[in-house]
Amino acid sequence: MASMRDIKRRKSSIQSTQQITKAMKLVSTVKLQKAKLHAEATDPYFNHMYQTVTSILAKSGNINHPYLTPGVSDKIAVVVITSNRGLAGGYNANVTKLVTNNQDLLPKDKVEVFCIGSKGREALERYGYHIKEDHSEIMEAPAYEDAAAVCARVLDAFTKGEIGQIYLAYTHFKNTVVHVPKLMKLLPVEFSEEEIQAADDKLIMNYEPNVEEALNLIIPKYVTSIFYGALVEALASENGARMQAMDSATSNAEDMISDLSLKYNRARQGSITQELTEIIAGAEAISYIIIEGVKQWQKILEKSLRSLVRSWISNSLRERSRRSTRPSRSPVKTVSVWSLRLHRTWVMIP
Amino acid sequence: MADESRNFQVEIITPERVFYTGEATMIEFTSVEGDMGVYKNHIPLTTVLAPGIVTITEEDGQKKAAVHSGFAQILGDKVTLLAEIAEWPDEIDWDRAEAAKRRAEERLAAKAENTDMVRAELALRRALVRISLR
Repeated sequence: MASMRDIKRRKSSIQSTQQITKAMKLVSTVKLQKAKLHAEATDPYFNHMYQTVTSILAKSGNINHPYLTPGVSDKIAVVVITSNRGLAGGYNANVTKLVTNNQDLLPKDKVEVFCIGSKGREALERYGYHIKEDHSEIMEAPAYEDAAAVCARVLDAFTKGEIGQIYLAYTHFKNTVVHVPKLMKLLPVEFSEEEIQAADDKLIMNYEPNVEEALNLIIPKYVTSIFYGALVEALASENGARMQAMDSATSNAEDMISDLSLKYNRARQGSITQELTEIIAGAEAISYIIIEGVKQWQKILEKSLRSLVRSWISNSLRERSRRSTRPSRSPVKTVSVWSLRLHRTWVMIP
Repeated sequence: MADESRNFQVEIITPERVFYTGEATMIEFTSVEGDMGVYKNHIPLTTVLAPGIVTITEEDGQKKAAVHSGFAQILGDKVTLLAEIAEWPDEIDWDRAEAAKRRAEERLAAKAENTDMVRAELALRRALVRISLR
């Protein structure tokens, strides 16, 4: 069993870790609330944007537009949104796994990574992906302008023909506890048949100046809005994931502390018992010595007393026989009386 | 009868928030093709916005706001403006707008080779829209 001091030291170290995780949990709870409100405020814009673009595409099914057809280049741009900080459970790993586990869709040698969030960059660099650009700083406080600026760079690469497709890997914020890592195709814009069918029921739409021009302006805005929405959701998910991670860390620390407390108390009890045993054993040893000593003393005392009494009796007998010549009393009787008295004294001595 | 009411639903949405939502009898805004006013039962139209002032005429008064870039989706009984930036007059920082106007004007006047003229012009237009709301 570990010593009391070791247990105590370990316990206090876990306690200070627990304080840190508790504080981090509180911080990320507050941040989560903020990010959640932000994400909710962004939602209507994103939804309307989505509806509009689907309905435009449903109405004008077969227009030949650069944003709707894959580019000539076989390069694939992947925008990876992760966090700048760790300690968020599997949050960052889940997003990078989306990229690394999708080799048939995103072959490693074709992928150009646009990183937002340094954790994702570090991981993908380690896997040997080519990092084209890194805009991790915007993750600190996602603003629409920043999202638009990054998006403009990616779109620019697309229109120039440097890349043929654009994917987005981020974490969808379903609710406070459920965050789903998601891989999404941004360009060329693709919608499933059902989505187009659903949008088809609306009225015939006119476009001003014309469909192509409208698409030219709307699609970049659409991509930017998805991108911005993803950023905001990723931030909410990050804080949600960190909150969960820190919550379980805190409760794990709690478990460990209670376990260690038990061990500590057991060790303390053990040491007390041991001390007691030692004291008792010592005391026993000492009292044995005393008792033996006393016994020795008794023996000596008895001996000397006996000899004293004997000599005293013989002296007094001698005295009597010298003083009285008259044998009125038999000396034998006197002796027996004395021996009786002596007997009483004997009894009292031990 | 529903037709008797001249009101229709207006929504102005920005990425940051739902900027305005309510009933209006008329809405005026600037598209890339020029200013346009929309009443109820307009033909369905999607158009791209240019920086300009949006005037929402409600039954009990008018509301003005500055809107920069975005697009409008007009359906018979509903108009949705998806704007990247939208501001009420009391949210505009006048000093900043004035400064931006001056900066843009200087840049346009200097005509230096490395300035992005389109961007400078856009900045000037935005600043002018903001200032005109005062």
